[in-house]
Amino acid sequence: MLENMPFWPARASAAAGNVDALYIFLVVVSALMVTLIFTMVIVFAIRFRRRAGRCAEQVEGSAALEITWSVIPFCLFMVFFVWGASVYFREHTPPRDAAEVYTVAKQWMWKFEHQEGQRELNELHVPVGRDMKMIMISQDVIHSFYVPAFRIKQDVLPGRYTTIWFRATKAGTYHLFCAEYCGTLHSGMIGWVVVMEPRDYQAWLSGGGNQPLAVTGQKLFSELGCSTCHRFDTQGRGPNLTGVYGKPVLLEDGRTVMADENYIRESILSPNAKIVNGFKPIMPTFQGLVSDEQLSALVAYVKSLGQSQSEQTGARGMATATPQTK
Amino acid sequence: MATAAVGELGERENYLNREYGIKSWLLTVDHKRIALLYLAGITFFFFIGGFFALLIRLELMTPAGDLVQADTYNKLFTMHGQVMIFFFLIPAVPAVLGNFLIPMMIGAKDLAFPHINLLSWYLYILGGTLMLYTILAGGVDTGWTFYTPLSTEFLKTQVITAALAVFVAGFSSILTGLNFIVTIHRMRCPGMTWDRLPLFVWAHYATSLIQVLGTPVLAIAIVLVALERLLHLGVFNPAMGGDPLLFQHLFWFYSHPAVYIMILPGMGIISEIVCCFSRKRIFGYTAMALAVLGIAVVGFLVWAHHMFVAGISIYAALVFSILSYFVAVPSAIKVFNWTATLYKGSITYQTPMLYAFGFIGLFTIGGLTGLFLACLGIDVHVTDTYFVVAHFHYIMVGGMVMAYLGGMHFWWPKISGRMYPEGWGRLAALIVFLGFNLTFFPQFILGYMGMPRRYWDYSKAPEFQILNVLSTAGATILAVGYLLPMTYFLWSMRYGEPAPDNPWNAAGLEWMTSSPPPTYNFDEEPVVTWEAYNYDEIKEEVPVAQ
Amino acid sequence: MPSSEAAVANQTHDNPALLHHFASAEQQKNAASFGMWLFLATEIMFFGGMFCAYLIYRYWYFGDFGAASKTLDIRLGTINTAVLICSSFTVAMAVRSAQTGKRKAIAVFLLLTIVLGLVFLGIKGVEYKAKFEEHHVPGQADFHLAGSVPLHPDLPVNQAHAQMYFSLYFAMTGMHALHMVIGVGLFSFLTYEAWNGRYSPSYYTPIENGGLYWHFVDIIWIYLFPLFYLIERHR
Repeated sequence: MLENMPFWPARASAAAGNVDALYIFLVVVSALMVTLIFTMVIVFAIRFRRRAGRCAEQVEGSAALEITWSVIPFCLFMVFFVWGASVYFREHTPPRDAAEVYTVAKQWMWKFEHQEGQRELNELHVPVGRDMKMIMISQDVIHSFYVPAFRIKQDVLPGRYTTIWFRATKAGTYHLFCAEYCGTLHSGMIGWVVVMEPRDYQAWLSGGGNQPLAVTGQKLFSELGCSTCHRFDTQGRGPNLTGVYGKPVLLEDGRTVMADENYIRESILSPNAKIVNGFKPIMPTFQGLVSDEQLSALVAYVKSLGQSQSEQTGARGMATATPQTK
Repeated sequence: MATAAVGELGERENYLNREYGIKSWLLTVDHKRIALLYLAGITFFFFIGGFFALLIRLELMTPAGDLVQADTYNKLFTMHGQVMIFFFLIPAVPAVLGNFLIPMMIGAKDLAFPHINLLSWYLYILGGTLMLYTILAGGVDTGWTFYTPLSTEFLKTQVITAALAVFVAGFSSILTGLNFIVTIHRMRCPGMTWDRLPLFVWAHYATSLIQVLGTPVLAIAIVLVALERLLHLGVFNPAMGGDPLLFQHLFWFYSHPAVYIMILPGMGIISEIVCCFSRKRIFGYTAMALAVLGIAVVGFLVWAHHMFVAGISIYAALVFSILSYFVAVPSAIKVFNWTATLYKGSITYQTPMLYAFGFIGLFTIGGLTGLFLACLGIDVHVTDTYFVVAHFHYIMVGGMVMAYLGGMHFWWPKISGRMYPEGWGRLAALIVFLGFNLTFFPQFILGYMGMPRRYWDYSKAPEFQILNVLSTAGATILAVGYLLPMTYFLWSMRYGEPAPDNPWNAAGLEWMTSSPPPTYNFDEEPVVTWEAYNYDEIKEEVPVAQ
Repeated sequence: MPSSEAAVANQTHDNPALLHHFASAEQQKNAASFGMWLFLATEIMFFGGMFCAYLIYRYWYFGDFGAASKTLDIRLGTINTAVLICSSFTVAMAVRSAQTGKRKAIAVFLLLTIVLGLVFLGIKGVEYKAKFEEHHVPGQADFHLAGSVPLHPDLPVNQAHAQMYFSLYFAMTGMHALHMVIGVGLFSFLTYEAWNGRYSPSYYTPIENGGLYWHFVDIIWIYLFPLFYLIERHR
């Protein structure tokens, strides 16, 4: 409906409609408020201009009016808050079976790695109708992943993953901007999100002969010697990683943490930060020995461990390769 | 109450003609002279910041980055922000009008600590000199927000001197606030009770609370940035176990209340002007006084609404969003009360009143767009875009600068002993209003369309151009609007009509002494037996403009 | 001359310390005290930012902070704490001397305070030197904290986290030391004025306010000492 209005961003995600509806509601309420105030000021300024024979009439105030025009705006504000909070909450709660794209941002480019192994630079291909979750980290300064057509934005930090999800609803090519000032070519750290019909997307995927990210991770897991200690039985000197992702982990100091992407990444780079209950702090650190892209692959691999074929395939029937576990 | 005798310069001794010579100015402890010293400083920095703005807008007329290089552009918006915020907006009203008027408004001879007042000015000048050095030695391109690790690890520009400049200016601000709080508590003349204080004084009291409690946190944040650069500490560096978000929290803990430092004094001015030019006591005096205090207090609780997409938890985001809506309520109350003050008034349209009308309209728009930003669902889309830029310029320029100009016109006769030319004053107000809206309204639209802030080049998004051209056109008109008062105020100092003690027949102690005032403000200490804004007792109307 | 100036001149004549814009000596004293307390509030906010950073990092890196804390010399730290507490006593005695009009005693106590302050700074210098020699300076390439986390002999210290401890150590004790230096300078000026008989029972506001400043700097140290020196000492 608002698609072709001039000066309005394209609407290409499921969330965009919600954000637009909320925005238009606020615009309408604000316009009414502005009209009310402007009208009253102009009317009073003219009606009560200085005229011979008439003095100003002093009006001390009115507690009733003060309360009224505090309570009514406050109630309106609470509507804004609740509606906005619910949109925000949904935007920050990715569905469980979303396809993941690992993103590494650096001055001044965007590097994307699909689970299926495709790598892209400054361009992101996604299919219509699929939930996509971006798992993002920066190699240097703070950047921000911003796609106006999807109405989403998320700062990308050095040192830990941040995530944002979306579901594209309309094929087309849309702007991707970096929205956090990051130095000289901040305005050049831009690209395109190419939304394709599912069939076209499949064709694009299979056109690369790429190795799925989790398989890359599996190879690294073995090359770097991880499998020596992290065996898939109970004999290993390190914990068995099957099914670890998404579940709570008991640490030896009694704390319990959730094993998310950041936990896996920290375990590789600073293994002594959190020791799993019952194990010794003997894992060496891989800080400086693995790149951010390699970390993405390792994280993707660990996440895939213990998931059944159907879980990995996902609700929409898109095949993803299953790495072999022992 | 208004004195009939007209004071002509040269006949009566006043603070300007009492002593001549540069030493008498540079070593003065008279709050009125210090106010003029500040006036020179902030006007100078306003035009420097404005010049940077003009270059920015010229660059943005075309999508390609073809006027200046990328690094230069990044320095332009950084230094525009730093100069305008720390060397113009924060000191402008408190250090010029506040310094000049507060002692008079409460019937005192001076501020509580005149020497510290002068020290504040010297600190301001020292900070300003460091800022000038930063500019001339190559500039700084961190953004006025100094985010880490960009500012600590990745830039090779004058970050440390810029941080030092802001640090020193911050101390100037702290000492001014300290001075005002003690003055308002301890130096009121007999009969000047808290509930008889002009709202201008209440506004500065609330502002001073923020200056005193908030500015030190900014100071430590930028000291840590400077130390991190110098000594390679890792407090904000993730590679060394630090957290860049810690910097953001410390920075915004001050920088959000800072926006209230900038706007509250302006609100105080508007109350004075609206009452005088409608010949009415303010509607809801108690509510207005409590509102400025409420804004100051709640304003300390909302800082992370600048960080909704920065990586904070969604629960933290919920808390800061709802608190941000709380702080909007007292601001709304003030707009309604000013409007209600007009009701059944006897209104005239002198230049100060035109600026006040402009303020009410533009502050309303700016404030309403703040509600958009407090709304989590919308903020995700519009934060870090031109929507935010438009929002804060509506408040700072549409609100604050218009209030400042309104105040300058209102009290110019008192300060200089001369009237400004009323016709030119009204014309300039109109030009400023039109130029301002043309500059900044298109930016709301640009922001929702998705144009990010701090972009030197948008050649991949040429659909942004038309609105940018409109904005630049507005900026040139705005520049003319600002040059006019600069010119005619200077002109009036020599050729302006000599001003009577109370050219507006306004209420307030400052109008009960000569224009310009004597060095010790009053011939005899006033004893107040009347309420503020006693326009029911002042029977005369505002004299018609020449 | 205008009547206001005549009135002002009369007042100044009665009490040389009374400034022209105050109505009475009492108003002046109250204003000065109020201003000083407000200034101390700003200092609390200033140090508060660093205490906030300390709180967060200590919570995150508790074990490594404990290991780093053990490398500080607790004897020197304790001596310094005692030195500062004594200096607060001498400050209080200086104020008392002013209240009772003992000119020489004021100067002596102020001088003692300065001496104790310099002792504190000297000991701090010795401690800093030790940190340099032991390669515990953050941001230097040769930083190394040997050993393991307290109670976890098999867990080596994380060097990045240990550097964070020392970053905060140097920043916070350094900022504190800077305030001590300013205090010593201030008190030198006060001693000079006191020796010249400037202060009396009717006017000793600068000593009182200077004393407030000194007490405040002392209290900051009272917080810094346990936070930096006493982590894990009870084990």
